[in-house]
Amino acid sequence: MHVPRFWREIPNRYTLVGTRCGHCNKVFFPPRAICPRCRRVGQLEPFRLSGRGRIHSFTTVYSGPRDFKDQLPYVLAIVELEEGPRVMAQVTDCNGEEVKIGDEVEMVFRRIKEEGEEGIIHYGFKARLVRKAGAGGS
Amino acid sequence: MEVGIVGYGAYIPRYRLRVEEIARMWGADPQQTKRSFGVEEKAVAGPDEDTVTISVEAAKNALRRGGVDPSLVGAVYVGSESHPYAVKPTATIVAEAVGATPEMTAADFEFACKAGTAGIQACMGMVEAGMIKYGMAIGADTAQSSPGDPLEYAAAAGGAAFLVGKLDREAVASIEATYSYTTDTPDFWRREMRPYPRHGGRFTGRPGYFKHTLSAAQGLMRKLGLTPRDFDHAVFHQPNGRFPVEVASELGFSMSQIRAGLLSPKIGNTYSGAAMLGLAAILDGAKEGERILAVSYGSGAGSDAFSLIVREGIERKRDLAPKVSDYLEDKVYIDYATYCKFTRKLVR
Ligand SMILES: [Zn+2]
Repeated sequence: MHVPRFWREIPNRYTLVGTRCGHCNKVFFPPRAICPRCRRVGQLEPFRLSGRGRIHSFTTVYSGPRDFKDQLPYVLAIVELEEGPRVMAQVTDCNGEEVKIGDEVEMVFRRIKEEGEEGIIHYGFKARLVRKAGAGGS
Repeated sequence: MEVGIVGYGAYIPRYRLRVEEIARMWGADPQQTKRSFGVEEKAVAGPDEDTVTISVEAAKNALRRGGVDPSLVGAVYVGSESHPYAVKPTATIVAEAVGATPEMTAADFEFACKAGTAGIQACMGMVEAGMIKYGMAIGADTAQSSPGDPLEYAAAAGGAAFLVGKLDREAVASIEATYSYTTDTPDFWRREMRPYPRHGGRFTGRPGYFKHTLSAAQGLMRKLGLTPRDFDHAVFHQPNGRFPVEVASELGFSMSQIRAGLLSPKIGNTYSGAAMLGLAAILDGAKEGERILAVSYGSGAGSDAFSLIVREGIERKRDLAPKVSDYLEDKVYIDYATYCKFTRKLVR
């Protein structure tokens, strides 16, 4: 990915800023410019999602792209955020056996990948299980 | 001084490497190594963690406790000696990720293990001068050590963030005074473009850590007309498990005064995070009215000492974010090979 594109998407990648339709209240992430339900009467505004959600579905990746080779095997999930949108995210700090559909997760800020040893570092969100007794339990 | 801590937050990665495992690798006696360092295990950052991500976790916890709109944070300072970029600030990434940008100032601080407390002092001055409403000072590190170097037994990862603001009913603690002691002492250094630090060996403890930590603590107590008996808790920088205990005893503090903030036996030396994480652990369990002495140390060399008095806000705020003890309990052990992979020590 080119530096300008990464930079333009920083508000979405860092702080989960999507959009919300002022007419029907539906929340979109990644952000949309037009509400598909309300069309012209919809008024979309930037909206920051809470980052809380649940595992809607997941899979364990044993053979992934080169950028993620050092993290194999890792868990990739579709997370349903509490405001409604579903996002694809890596589940960090866990192994495949720990994750179940319906598990509560929170989005956390992690290194996603880097452009070699000299390029920029891409930061963004990953999901982390909310462990009641542990560190994620706020 | 009318400045206080309105929020604080800690973060320690989940992964732990036992000192026995490091000793096994290098053919050292595990029990003797544990005794001589006073460290049982150290915290290691995961493969997708670095000083930026640790700072963001700690800063978000501080904002949760502070109950502050992030856009009101007028300054973000990140103290570390493991900033991911040589040129490009950690603080801008952190400020963006917590939602403090763009009407604010930000910078990275460097002073070995005490850059985070230097950030607290900068925020105190700016808040008191009325330049900003809130300032965020973060100390975080993913400490690097050359394989086989004695530093490897303790060099660890973790961080803490303190949100500094005007003293009011929302404060968790007031900062009564601060005092620093600084000299040019070459006890520990890393040259540009070199991956691992060098140090002057064990003899540097006396002219480095002990001289500066003792002088800063004594200078602060003299300035305030206080003695160790006036403090309920004390925390000192923790390069290992023994130095902070020895410095406390030389100053006249008891083990019960330093117990709550002594984390190095369980997580190692988190460098810029060390004294600040210890202070966070003390606040997690402190009562209104208690007085705390916090003294950082950075090689090169200098110490910042602070006297804090716990305020009523602590009762409402301490449960709003994970406590240091939560992070201590939630851990996963890794072996030396995994540690090498996570910290990118493998040659390919
Ligand atoms: Zn709509």
